[in-house]
Amino acid sequence: MTEERLIISRKTNNKFFLMIAVGVVLLIAGIIFMASGVGAGHGEGHGEAAAAGHEAASWSKRLFVNLWLNNVYFTGIAIIGIFFVAVQYVAYAGWSVLIKRIPEALSYYLPVGAVVMLLVFLFGGHDIFHWTHEYLYDVNDPRYDPIIAGKSGYLNTPFFLIRMVVFFALWILFFNWLRRNSINEDIHGGTSYYHKSIRISAMFLVVFGVSSSVAAWDWVLSIDTHWFSTMFGWYVFASWFVSGLAATTLTVIILKQNGYLKHVNANHLHDLGKFVFAFSIFWTYVWFSQFMLIWYANIPEESIYFLERLGGNEGKYTWIFFFNLVINFAFPFLVLMTRDAKRQMIMLKIVTIAILIGHWFDFYLMMMPGTMRADAGIGFIEIGTALIFLGVFLVTFTKGLTKASLVPVNHPFLEESVHHHV
Amino acid sequence: MNKKFVLGIYDDEDVLLTAIENIRAAGTKIYDVFSPYPVHGIDDVLGIKRSRLPIVAFFCGLFGTSFALWMQIWMLGFDWPMIIGGKPHIAIPSFIPVTFELTVLCAAFGMVITFFIVSKLRPSLRVNVFDKRSTDDKFVMAIEIKEGVTDLSALNNLLRTNGAIEVNEKEVVK
Repeated sequence: MTEERLIISRKTNNKFFLMIAVGVVLLIAGIIFMASGVGAGHGEGHGEAAAAGHEAASWSKRLFVNLWLNNVYFTGIAIIGIFFVAVQYVAYAGWSVLIKRIPEALSYYLPVGAVVMLLVFLFGGHDIFHWTHEYLYDVNDPRYDPIIAGKSGYLNTPFFLIRMVVFFALWILFFNWLRRNSINEDIHGGTSYYHKSIRISAMFLVVFGVSSSVAAWDWVLSIDTHWFSTMFGWYVFASWFVSGLAATTLTVIILKQNGYLKHVNANHLHDLGKFVFAFSIFWTYVWFSQFMLIWYANIPEESIYFLERLGGNEGKYTWIFFFNLVINFAFPFLVLMTRDAKRQMIMLKIVTIAILIGHWFDFYLMMMPGTMRADAGIGFIEIGTALIFLGVFLVTFTKGLTKASLVPVNHPFLEESVHHHV
Repeated sequence: MNKKFVLGIYDDEDVLLTAIENIRAAGTKIYDVFSPYPVHGIDDVLGIKRSRLPIVAFFCGLFGTSFALWMQIWMLGFDWPMIIGGKPHIAIPSFIPVTFELTVLCAAFGMVITFFIVSKLRPSLRVNVFDKRSTDDKFVMAIEIKEGVTDLSALNNLLRTNGAIEVNEKEVVK
């Protein structure tokens, strides 16, 4: 088996940088529009909120929330890369060997994600997280909130920062460890790297099982500080996982269409398609489990979460609420149902792109109602920030891809993967 | 009516697969191949079309979904309306778990029952085992002999040149 080196041409790289540049321009335009009061998509809401005595959300708040939203989304995809590889190792999977370098490279975004996460929290924490305000914990302050104060043992800035730093440190550590083994295996061969990788993966999965849930509470759930859901860790994980799988599948197809990954055939795509199909349903299952219990019990402190998204906040989020279900469940479910669809690049391409967009909206729906309230919109700021993050993600991801052969030449299961047949 | 078969016995999976390809390319129709375990890729070389069972599963599932929704809406919305937990009579979210279960149940049972019917599997079924070794360590390729054909040397040769370790004849009482 020969090595396959990915070459990212200057032209391709320029496209990524152009993406970032367009994002920056749109973002600046959005900020200028908003600062001068002609904000895209929230003109009426602005006026009403001002009339009701509330101060409308500032452009900086909207910017920070957007940075946070995109960073959580892309960090999730990045960490799923290493999670997927670890699962394959622990399961002694052979079929995925030919494509394992792609999820592996997804994780190259992690250090960037860590820095952005830390900076956005330090500078924009008050805009995103209600619980970061000191006055909530001061009994003498009229704004004192006994419920949030009761959570201060867990939800306080130092502990939050410690958790964030520790999780990123562990994730990056395990990523580097696995990646180094994988590359050394290419150079030296032998099965010792494989066995070592299984042990590292097993350790990582234990760490990830805890840290992904806690990260979901911290980074997403704590935005709606009063609300809580025991399904939430799973919910965010499901969203991340299906996005990560979609990103992997889409990359495999694009590489294949550009003449790389010569040994990957319809059988590998079929298995990736099954993964995407199955975990779209899994996401829906978790979504519904969370929704139905809250809907059925109808306890105000719980159902407020869905009221804010269904009709609340001037009905801003109602369409996204249903759009979320259509694009992330109904569409992949119906389109990827047949065997042929999972084996065809065009079908998989359409569905994975839809899922990647759909789960961005899923995170939008998780974060915006708790922060921007009725002032949210999808305008230049949203599109600009998303483009910048996508561009940065693609630059780091493709750079990671070029650092090693696309085919793990000395992986003991490589031969099995080449002859994979379903 | 009795049917006569020529049986080619193989003891290697790869030899068998190339043999099937060559024999089919030579224009000989293979009745069936018996193997002790599923052989990867044998469906393709034998030219067996993909099963249409998934289509049955889809429609059985669709039936399950519509039946479950119709049943619950009719029962709780029209036949015997009840207020449960202060929800409307027709409260779709609470119908979803039952709908899901019935979809899975109908799809699974529909598929299994259809499979039994299509492949004529029934309790009284008597199966002709061409060669008992096909349940142990040999692969058996059965080729039906057309009525009136008596000279089998060409077929015999074809099988042997393609790696059969043994060629037998067998008459089956239908």
